Amino acid sequence: MYGLGILKGLGVTIRHFIDTYKDDVLYGFRKYSKSQDNFAVRQGTQATGAYTVQYPEEKVAVPERFRFTPFLVVNDADHESPGEDWCTSCGICSKVCPPQCIWIVRGTDPATGRPVPQPEAFFIDIDICMNCGFCAEFCPFDAIKMDHDYEMASYDRTSVNIHDKERLSKPFSYWMKIAPTTATEEADARGGWEHSDVIKEKKKKADAEAKAAAKAAAPAAPAPVAAAVGEAVAAPVAEAVAVAESAEDEEKKKAERLAKREAALARKKANKGD
Amino acid sequence: MVDYEVQAPPTTGSAQDAATYLKARFPGVVSDDTRPGFQGVIVQADKLGEVAQAIRDELGYNYLSSATAVDYLGAGDHMEMVYHAYRISGGGALNFKVQTEREKPVVPSLVNVYPGANFQEREAYDLYGIHFSGHPNLKRILMWEGFAGYPMRKDWREAYYEGEAKPFESRWPAGWVHRAEERNVFGSNVRYPADFDLSKLTDISDQAVYNSASISGMGVDYQQDEMETDQLVVNMGPHHPSTHGVFRMVLKLDGETITGLEPVMGYLHRNHEKIGERNTYLHNIPFTDRLDYISSMGNNFGYVMAVEQLMALGARYTPPTRRAEIIRVLMAELTRIVNHLWSIGFFLNDLGAFFTPMLYANAEREKILDFFEAVAGSRLMCNYMRFGGVFKDIPDRIRSTANLMNDRIRDYDTMEFLSDMINERLPRFLEEYDRYLTGNEILLERTVGQGVLSAEDAIAMSCAGPLLRGSGVAYDVRRADPYSIYPELDFDIPVGKQGDLFDRYMVRMQEMHESLRILRQLLPLLEETKGQDIMSGTRAYNPRIPQGESYGRVENPKGELGFYVVSWGDAKGTQNPWRYHVRAPSFINLTALGPMSVGQKVADVVSILGSIDIVLGETDR
Repeated sequence: MYGLGILKGLGVTIRHFIDTYKDDVLYGFRKYSKSQDNFAVRQGTQATGAYTVQYPEEKVAVPERFRFTPFLVVNDADHESPGEDWCTSCGICSKVCPPQCIWIVRGTDPATGRPVPQPEAFFIDIDICMNCGFCAEFCPFDAIKMDHDYEMASYDRTSVNIHDKERLSKPFSYWMKIAPTTATEEADARGGWEHSDVIKEKKKKADAEAKAAAKAAAPAAPAPVAAAVGEAVAAPVAEAVAVAESAEDEEKKKAERLAKREAALARKKANKGD
Repeated sequence: MVDYEVQAPPTTGSAQDAATYLKARFPGVVSDDTRPGFQGVIVQADKLGEVAQAIRDELGYNYLSSATAVDYLGAGDHMEMVYHAYRISGGGALNFKVQTEREKPVVPSLVNVYPGANFQEREAYDLYGIHFSGHPNLKRILMWEGFAGYPMRKDWREAYYEGEAKPFESRWPAGWVHRAEERNVFGSNVRYPADFDLSKLTDISDQAVYNSASISGMGVDYQQDEMETDQLVVNMGPHHPSTHGVFRMVLKLDGETITGLEPVMGYLHRNHEKIGERNTYLHNIPFTDRLDYISSMGNNFGYVMAVEQLMALGARYTPPTRRAEIIRVLMAELTRIVNHLWSIGFFLNDLGAFFTPMLYANAEREKILDFFEAVAGSRLMCNYMRFGGVFKDIPDRIRSTANLMNDRIRDYDTMEFLSDMINERLPRFLEEYDRYLTGNEILLERTVGQGVLSAEDAIAMSCAGPLLRGSGVAYDVRRADPYSIYPELDFDIPVGKQGDLFDRYMVRMQEMHESLRILRQLLPLLEETKGQDIMSGTRAYNPRIPQGESYGRVENPKGELGFYVVSWGDAKGTQNPWRYHVRAPSFINLTALGPMSVGQKVADVVSILGSIDIVLGETDR
């Protein structure tokens, strides 16, 4: 019969129409309530009918890996050095950025002129950023991450769309909040919740302490053996001494580095005041 | 002269056999390309027509996939046209090249042998300034007529020119920001031809279109004998809802019947390939997303395959891991469904089934995009594949936690979500869609017997994808020249019978069923390889690519997507491609638009264009 195909098709349309409102009636118009479970069902694979999200009153939650524009991770407010950048201004993100929207001024020590592992300035031109996520993927220090905040419309693109370091910096706790699983995975890879440099130094310090302790204990116990073997033992002892010395050097260097870092930070704060 | 004994032409067998035959058949004209990492043969320019004829008729390479130019400035100082021809029965490429001087480059046109070379030669003329003798309609195709210079040439510099290659020096370590815009936009690198009159801008740029063979004779408003119909020229687009973007068709009409059609494109042109040559190899991956932005996963796939082929020329190369290949195919097939849902939805829109079918299709598409978003981080611009693997493994859960921005929570098991989609939701939807529309009498009358493209024409015009298969040619790169893990998967290639609009619609519907069949085979493989590496080797941000050329092609939803990449310059391996060319299926499929539309009514050209399924991001590049 001519027209049967059209009728069949109209049947599908009416089915969709009914499905759209069926759940509303079944759940007593819970679609319009703030109920969480309803939302999850209707966004899942079991949902039937049409379902729209009333943006901006409600928003579809974005998954953890969602990437919008980058932000810089800094220490939390309750950290022992609050607000310190995780970025070491190594420049990998600016090299790996496909549209070249990242600009970094490497920090230098004014006294020695040597680079310090802190960016003096950091800019991202949001107009140019293509939200690819390479900077976050290739950052060796987990210092740059992709944000979930997609509401960045503004009335004047020329004045606000270049984000400076102040605008880009967000505390580490924010990253843990928007991407808990990823943050945990990364912390596992680093070996702790701290910045990888801090973890490395802690580990070095612990190793040095352990070795020093081992050294203190060593001469007492294996003395008879040493007498028996003679010269063979001399070498390891010498090595242990060398290790102890280098551990001391490490301490000195670390203190120097910290001083430099603090000097750079103080300078930046002074600049900000100007 | 040595007399070579000419053997019978090998109509099957490798490209090596074909090259040997050609060298014997045309002594002194055809020679091997001996540059390290390069394949194929170099043909003398003046004999190209003859050799191409032999390649097509004697050797059976009847499908010209890609024709593109390369500028070897500072590396031999010549221009080169590179052709990749395939046999429609399957197998590898025969790669033949022609070299010509840079100053006055002339190459014989191959439009007579391969009509599919038409647009590609115009593109080479437009961007490289190579003159094709004997081309029927040699004028600019992507750039406008008043443009001075040839932007793909190595010595041409764009507005905002900053450096020959990324990464730029100014970004680090003294990266004080400045806006490129603040510098003069119309600086020294924007020029007009000497005889160009800016006050006559519109006339000059349009006259070339109206003078083309298919349209000429416009402006005459006279009455025919019987029907008293008028002849007139109508511009459809560039801003027209049916053209799926900024695309323009200049139609020559006799009453309502189309007597000539001239596609005008390039409104979205951004010189993607030039950008690609400034970029490093890695930088290009997210740029490929922006080509066919409906199926970015497929674009990534083609590009990383092309670069992996180049990497394989070097010593330290490990192919992608098995899990990476499985995930890639999973994404490629989901993308095919995403794309076909979109294209069928809009095709029905074009037929007048206004937005209801399109929205039903899109509701399903959204669910797949949810999955992409959870895995890759973005719904459309996935940027998911990497050299040697993929970005990240599939997460355990598709989770959206409440945070500062959102108060809604979602939390599904990823594999459960995926298998629900593949085993239940999508098959149910496709069955419903069939019931909804396939038997619809209006749809049948609008599509059956309309916009017919014969199999011979489809092959000759280098059509690809559902357009080619709708015409009854079972050519699918996944089977004809298999890549990744497709050889071990079980699926069929749906083909049409008549090559009309309905056949293309049905081929797309069937392809979705076939993709689901592939996906169902992938689910156990994903379980099997769970926890294995998704990346071979290290994740390097600056891979060095050895010297050579490669042509990586995949069966993208819209047709064969190819990437021709040349690595040149630094013997230790370069960071930036010397040549990066995209064989865009949307672009080349448009060759068939004119021939398909002539004789049809003006209302049908909308549906014919819809049935080709173009995306302007890819057409214009």
